[in-house]
Amino acid sequence: QQQQQQQQRRHYEELAHKSGFSTEQIKNLHKRFRQLSGNKETISRANLDSIPALANNPIKKQIIDAFFDKRNQRQDDEVGSLEEIGLEQFLMVMSHFRPPAHKSGEEERQAARRQKLRFLFNMHDTDGDGIITLVEYRKELLSKSGAIGHQAAKAIADAAMLEVASTNAPHMAPDDFYEGITFEHFQQILKGLEMESRMHIRFLDVDTTTMRCGKATS
Amino acid sequence: MSPRRGFRHPGSFGSSLPERGLLLLVLIVLLQGSLLPFGAASSPDVGHRDEADVHAEAEEKHNFTKKPFPVLSFEYKHIQVPFEISLWVLLASLMKLGFHLIPRLPGIVPESCLLILVGLLVGGLIKLAGQKVPPVLDSNLFFFCLLPPIILDAGYFLPIRPFMENLGTILMFAVVGTLWNAFFIGGLLYAVCQIQPNNPSDLHSLELLPCLLFGSIISAVDPVAVLAVFEEIHINELLHILVFGESLLNDAVTVVLYHLFEEYSGVGSVTVIDGVLGVISFFVVALGGVLVGAIYGILAAFTSRFTSHTRVIEPLFVFVYSYMAYLSAEMFHLSGIMALIACGAVMRPYVEANISHKSHTTIKYFLKMWSSVSETLIFIFLGVATVDGQHNWNWTFVTVTVVLCLVARVIGVVGLTYVINKFRIVKLTTKDQFIVAYGGLRGAIAFSLGFLLDKRHFPLRNMFLTAIIIVIFFTVFVQGMTIKPLVDLLAVKKKQEAKRSINEEIHTQFLDHLLTGIEDICGHYGHHHWKDKLNRFNKKYVKKCLIAGERSKEPQLIAFYHKLEMKHAIELVESGGGAKLSSAIPSTVSMQNIQPKKPAPAKPEDRVLPKLSKSREEEIRKILRSNLQKTRQRLRSYNRHTLLADPYEDNFGEFLLKKQKMMALDKKIQDMNNYLTVPAAPPDSPTLCRARLASDPQAYSMKPALDSVPTIQVDLASPQSPDSVNILDEFQRSEQAAAAEEGEDDGGLMMKAPTRPHERCNAGEMDAGTREKLSRCLSDPGPHAEDEDEDEPFLP
Repeated sequence: QQQQQQQQRRHYEELAHKSGFSTEQIKNLHKRFRQLSGNKETISRANLDSIPALANNPIKKQIIDAFFDKRNQRQDDEVGSLEEIGLEQFLMVMSHFRPPAHKSGEEERQAARRQKLRFLFNMHDTDGDGIITLVEYRKELLSKSGAIGHQAAKAIADAAMLEVASTNAPHMAPDDFYEGITFEHFQQILKGLEMESRMHIRFLDVDTTTMRCGKATS
Repeated sequence: MSPRRGFRHPGSFGSSLPERGLLLLVLIVLLQGSLLPFGAASSPDVGHRDEADVHAEAEEKHNFTKKPFPVLSFEYKHIQVPFEISLWVLLASLMKLGFHLIPRLPGIVPESCLLILVGLLVGGLIKLAGQKVPPVLDSNLFFFCLLPPIILDAGYFLPIRPFMENLGTILMFAVVGTLWNAFFIGGLLYAVCQIQPNNPSDLHSLELLPCLLFGSIISAVDPVAVLAVFEEIHINELLHILVFGESLLNDAVTVVLYHLFEEYSGVGSVTVIDGVLGVISFFVVALGGVLVGAIYGILAAFTSRFTSHTRVIEPLFVFVYSYMAYLSAEMFHLSGIMALIACGAVMRPYVEANISHKSHTTIKYFLKMWSSVSETLIFIFLGVATVDGQHNWNWTFVTVTVVLCLVARVIGVVGLTYVINKFRIVKLTTKDQFIVAYGGLRGAIAFSLGFLLDKRHFPLRNMFLTAIIIVIFFTVFVQGMTIKPLVDLLAVKKKQEAKRSINEEIHTQFLDHLLTGIEDICGHYGHHHWKDKLNRFNKKYVKKCLIAGERSKEPQLIAFYHKLEMKHAIELVESGGGAKLSSAIPSTVSMQNIQPKKPAPAKPEDRVLPKLSKSREEEIRKILRSNLQKTRQRLRSYNRHTLLADPYEDNFGEFLLKKQKMMALDKKIQDMNNYLTVPAAPPDSPTLCRARLASDPQAYSMKPALDSVPTIQVDLASPQSPDSVNILDEFQRSEQAAAAEEGEDDGGLMMKAPTRPHERCNAGEMDAGTREKLSRCLSDPGPHAEDEDEDEPFLP
């Protein structure tokens, strides 16, 4: 029993080191993980699909896909998707939502912002080629807010794409073709939003008084 | 918040003659103002004389003796009050004008300081003239006429998102901070007053409770002063909303403390029960005020739903409902300021969806105008009241008050930030804390509250007033003047004037959904979860009730997008259609650059048109129909003329309907096919450049005339299922739909299919061809009719 606990603690510490959470948070997240997976070792898409609160979310599919996307594991540019994820992968995805540490320097903040933007980028770039094309953008807009009609979504996607293109590649000849939004362009257009302080979940903050996650059964 | 200060003339002091003229005018007004009380003094005689005259006349009528008919008579009394009010308002406005004409002054000295000085001057003049200064800062006048416009302006244009995000912090500063200030200042003042056993002075008679009352009056940060100073320094949004929000929300605390201590000052002691009741009263005052405001806000929103036929009085509803909310809250001794803020903030999204564009502009400018005049008057009156007031100068009291105010503020802010930072993600740095502490200005509200004190209960009232005035002067002059250089010195982040782009909007919404989803996966009912729930409730129930017609179902993204389009269309009109608009980077990118997988056309074909309003389109149709021969000159000229047609929408539904009618019209036009005999313009021709420029990223909206291009038809009637994103399917479906809808003319569902290449029949080709020409001629005289073969569909 002791051995098991020690092993688990070491496991947590290892995970903490990799993902950046504290062991306390990992324990909470592990509890939630077990809840979602029905006490099994891995979570499949069906598990996440069955969360009732998620049913109203217009981008539910993309969120679930993001968990199973290999690119979000921050390991060597692997592409593709997994069928099931274990605790470690779960935590890696969650680590994208950590808020910036209080005393972080400029490079750390930039790195955190880059990481979060990369996560967002991967969510849009569904075919994994490193570029968000107009087709992908349109698709994503269509699904996002269900009440927008096809034409309106297309129009808005076109507008957005045009904006990106004109901001990042302003001097294109009439015959040039703008392939799509690369990651650099993506960073450029969203640099005003300060992702590192907006894209986070409150309770995952290490410094503040931690509120327990997983307290609501859903 | 749009700047209320208007523009600053950069010291173009070339002709001093108009400047001198203005100063002369100002002087005349001043003299008139100060001499009028002379007239007022003598008017009783006039009145008497009038009465005497009347009697005399009555008598005389009996005797029927004739008096010469008075050709010109002077009677001041019966117009006195409105005349004096108008004179004050005129004076205030002329002062404002004058400041901006003086070259470097507005940059160094904030307007509030200058206005107080002017007030001092005017008060001095009046006193010199030996007249009695009218009690201008009468509390009734202040609280019922001067304060509401400023607060309504602030509440209506309150940036909701940053306010809500920082609500916890703001409340902490407002409630706990003000309480701390009040008790600290009051308590220490009492202590200081008691220590002087050798020379017993007036101060000894000062009890604890009046001291606490004084503390509570002086401790509240004043929204008018904060607005006046902060608007000029353009500080970043977070700090602005913190200080400003605090100044608004501390009204509840001030009201409760004031009434509490005032009630019991007579008695002399406050028991625990009273304390508890005070706490309860605080909640009642605050929440009650918000509730009253919200109710009136909803009423206003509901009323605005029905105003589509009487657009002219729409702004009136906004103003009257808000004012009534304020008065109703004051009736119950609730916090009127919070009621106003709640009313403005609640009604705004719904009212703006319902009212016309002109009403929106009217509301905005009226609010800005009233609040600007109010603020000016308040500061001038402060100056006048200083000169006039019966002062009781007491060195100890005044200096201790000033020092304590500063110290209390600093300690309060630092202490609270320490606690708050434990709960905040984006922590407040030392620089932020300094600005928050330094920005705690006191203003006219404190003075008016002091003015309201009853002299019988508070024999030292005049001493209080003196001290309040000194504190106000200190904060407004010293802190107000030095905050700008300090902000620059400390390199505090300034406000970013970034334009909100459509990409940011899309991704912000995406992020909201994403974070809500992650919270759901973690099972944590956080921040985003509740916000999402509120939004869904709002969309499902509230919007249906309060927004008229089709706009109620409009998703936020579409509303934003339409607003953006509108803004750019208006800019396009105002700049005459030629100049480069808002993008900083001149861009030659147009729609075709981003269309995927199309073999590059030899010539620029699908040039995107600038946004066409319905009236413009009508005119263009008319002109085309009547005159098929277009020269470049003609193009340019009617471009300019038609651009001057009013692009201001009134109703998107109508707009779409009109577009549809145009579609029908196009079908008729398709038979004409000898439009253009103009040679293709060289690539650098001004027309082409203008077309390129006009096909700005923002002004790219779809050509309504083309069948080969999908138009923006907001599909409001039947929501599309989000999962069926399959472009091929869509083509098939849309073709069927287009086929089915040949004769229909309903408002909502409308889809235009691009023609597929291999299914193009001759008619279709002609269709697309002529349409292309149609579109092209509006921006750019394109190639000849023969080069029409490579007609690519717009979508793959």
